[in-house]
Amino acid sequence: MEAMIQIRDVTKTFIGRDNQVEALKGISLDIEKGNICGIIGMSGAGKSTLVRCLNFLEKPTSGTVLIEGQDLQAMNEAQLRKARTEIAMIFQHFNLLMQRNVQDNICFPLEITGVKRKQARKRAEELLKIVGLSDKAKAYPAQLSGGQKQRVAIARALANNPKILLCDEATSALDPTTTKSILALLKQINEQYGITIVIITHEMAVVQEICNQVAIIDDGNLVEAGSVEEVFSRPKTKAAQKLVFQGARRMEEMRGRRCIRIVFSENSSFEPVIGNMVLACREPVNILLADTKDIGGIAHGQMILQLPEDPVTAEKMIQYLKDRNLMVEELEDYVE
Amino acid sequence: MWNSETVMMLIENTGLTLYMTLTSTIMAYVIGLPLGIALVVTAKDGLRPVEPVFKLLDVVANIVRSVPFLILLILVIPLTRLIAGKSYGATATIVPLTIAAAPFIARLVESSLLEVDKGVIEAAQSMGASLWTIIWKVLLAEARTSLIVGATIALGTILGYSAMAGAVGGGGLGDIAIRYGYHRYDFGIMWVTVILLVLLVQILQVIGTKLSKKLDKRSR
Ligand SMILES: Nc1ncnc2c1ncn2[C@@H]1O[C@H](COP(=O)(O)OP(=O)(O)OP(=O)(O)O)[C@@H](O)[C@H]1O
Ligand SMILES: [Mg+2]
Repeated sequence: MEAMIQIRDVTKTFIGRDNQVEALKGISLDIEKGNICGIIGMSGAGKSTLVRCLNFLEKPTSGTVLIEGQDLQAMNEAQLRKARTEIAMIFQHFNLLMQRNVQDNICFPLEITGVKRKQARKRAEELLKIVGLSDKAKAYPAQLSGGQKQRVAIARALANNPKILLCDEATSALDPTTTKSILALLKQINEQYGITIVIITHEMAVVQEICNQVAIIDDGNLVEAGSVEEVFSRPKTKAAQKLVFQGARRMEEMRGRRCIRIVFSENSSFEPVIGNMVLACREPVNILLADTKDIGGIAHGQMILQLPEDPVTAEKMIQYLKDRNLMVEELEDYVE
Repeated sequence: MWNSETVMMLIENTGLTLYMTLTSTIMAYVIGLPLGIALVVTAKDGLRPVEPVFKLLDVVANIVRSVPFLILLILVIPLTRLIAGKSYGATATIVPLTIAAAPFIARLVESSLLEVDKGVIEAAQSMGASLWTIIWKVLLAEARTSLIVGATIALGTILGYSAMAGAVGGGGLGDIAIRYGYHRYDFGIMWVTVILLVLLVQILQVIGTKLSKKLDKRSR
């Protein structure tokens, strides 16, 4: 089946008065229908530019973007506007109409598509229920918290039943708890309505939380892409490694003395668990030994990890692994 | 001097001043509002950049604005005659007032619309909104508080201009102030007209501020 979004050799060069910025240097990526794809990279990598190319808020300098096989470049203005009603977008700063109340904000995209006022009101009501803000229909954006504003923005984005939802740093202005709840809402929307979601972020935790596909952008290039498990457990490039171990100390500096042995008895492979644990705890571990044995037809694996020096993090990691039903055993004096 | 005739004259000319001010403000908005919108839309980072159009509007607005009002008043006399049939009196004064105020209003509108958050405009674009929808439902609607504040400033300024027109027989309170104060040294009446002018500006200001506050949903 054809991918929902096909990005082919997209480049974007911004031409300034006396300089030229190559924001995208030839990016190709497929995003399948129903996927939640994370696009992650350092600040200035070109993430926003890329996502804006997906609804032609930014026209690529070269290359093509196909949405359900339709080439955006080939469309005239009216066709492009029509296409945009099916590619919704939410933003870091919510971008709600400040002079309209919540209900009327949600009605705005419906006014654009010519839905009758009464019907639009009804749809707004439904959407408010979905995002859990039924009691705020008459409130103005200025009276809402950041998380509530983003919920309104999500409701507004869903109004015309889009096929795709683009999120540019949608949680970057929110605290961790609110971020979690917004991500959960996005996940729910993805599952319930099968909307393909593209999430731009510079936070690995966001990708880990809800994405199943990830693309890493570095300096205008796509350096790594694939399933989240794949990329997180075996980041191949420097840029990917830097993001995966974001904020963590470098591996060589590992000085922790506590070592643990974990045993896997289920069929699950252990890489994603370790990868996710590292992401959750934001500290690297040293893998001192890893092997799998075939015992009675079932794959048994064991792994010996050197935990970080910080006792709180080490304890958190042990708990993380135990929570996932892994056998964790502490080894005394395994390292000097 | 304080007979009923004087009082009647003051009342009548207050009415004339209001008539000139309000009519020219409305006419100037009829011209200036579209011009202001056009300045924003055709600017380099506007919704439909058209450099020649922007440049032209920009230059014309600047030229008209840099001509002192009294000189403009005299310069456009032929046009005033053509439109109003005569070159003096309140109705005739509306012509130069409108011409002087339109570019000023275009600038006020331009600056109000430029205050609208780029992100909100982008959000509307991402929803597939047409240019017209964005102008009407995003730019003008979101900037309405600022537009009303601008209109209040415009009213005050045009009221001031209308008083200036009194120097050449433009009618209204300015005319009275000059006729009695300057030509007849009747400072009593002059002061009364000045106070009336100040009061008018104050009242317009209060109404404008109240209205803009009432319509602003950004705080609370
Ligand atoms: N309109 C523009 N004009 C000129 N240069 C631009 C423009 N938009 C983006 N750029 C440049 O393109 C590069 C990529 O910018 P982009 O906003 O896509 O980065 P990003 O990955 O989203 O970063 P961040 O995480 O900080 O949002 C940057 O060097 C930026 O300065
Ligand atoms: Mg960005």
